[in-house]
Amino acid sequence: MRQLIFAFCIGLLPFAANAVEPDEMLTDPVLEQRAREISKDLRCVVCQNQDIDSSNAGVARDLRLLVRERLVVGDSDAEVIEYIRARYGDYVLLKPPLEPATYALWFAPIAFVLIGVFVGGGVLMSRRKQEAFEDLGAEDENTVSEILRQNEAGDAS
Amino acid sequence: MKRLIAGLPFIAAVIFGGFFLWGLNPDRDPNEIPSVLISQPAPAFDLDPVPGLETPGLARSDLVGNERPVVVNVFASWCVPCRAEHAVLTRFVERDGMRLFGINYKDKPEDAVKWLNDLGNPYERIGSDLSGRTGIEWGLSGVPETFIVDSDGTVLFRYVGPVVGPDAVERFTQALKQAGALPNGAGS
Repeated sequence: MRQLIFAFCIGLLPFAANAVEPDEMLTDPVLEQRAREISKDLRCVVCQNQDIDSSNAGVARDLRLLVRERLVVGDSDAEVIEYIRARYGDYVLLKPPLEPATYALWFAPIAFVLIGVFVGGGVLMSRRKQEAFEDLGAEDENTVSEILRQNEAGDAS
Repeated sequence: MKRLIAGLPFIAAVIFGGFFLWGLNPDRDPNEIPSVLISQPAPAFDLDPVPGLETPGLARSDLVGNERPVVVNVFASWCVPCRAEHAVLTRFVERDGMRLFGINYKDKPEDAVKWLNDLGNPYERIGSDLSGRTGIEWGLSGVPETFIVDSDGTVLFRYVGPVVGPDAVERFTQALKQAGALPNGAGS
């Protein structure tokens, strides 16, 4: 049993490994931390759904180094991201910017929720109204009283 | 109002059906990354020649002021598809008179020299991009990639991946013709 647990722990080791290799890291812990945060918002253009911080692709490593280089030169976080965006486009941002071309992307979920509430609410409201008692029409009243009278006549005989 | 609600499922079905139709189109490549470089000036770069090769190095200024648009191909000896693409590019140069420049991406110089000696060298100039930094300037996501650059330095066309196979060659030929990168009458 103990061996099994040991094997399991060994098996988990690879997942703890980081894509960021020691030789890439900056000596300044503050800058390094900023670089890590920026890297998490940048998409790897090779593996596409991974950020460059966790990607082992060659281009991702180059971009990580570039991010650190820009930070050392004294760029702000926004400037670093803009630098890479100018070369790879909006696609490289994992969080798409809010602009006319992405309005559908950002607002469609809200719009769908509103439509759902509106339609669902409308259906429920109209149901409730139907349950309410409504007066019978004059014709129906006549029919009902006719039947009742006949029944009474039948009972009496 | 009732009619509107009754029609909603139909409208939703049409919208989603349209999305599926679009998504299932076999010509659509979901991995395609839109390039920001198209219609933009080519990035500034200045690369040394590959050591051990007589072909001169490549800088942005070499792409500007040519008679016709030129082609920039990013390649490496370690890239297997590049080997297949090499024959296609060579044919474009020798048969059609296309002007070809190369960026040797993250390649050991001795490997690049051997590769070009084995396969032939269709490149007028080759810049050695050992660090991959120029690749980033071009928005490169992998090798090979091929660009058509106008004589004023504007990037006209980008092809990601090897120009191999009838479809790719056809697309690339069309782009060359449209750009006017081939001498009159060539590329037929």
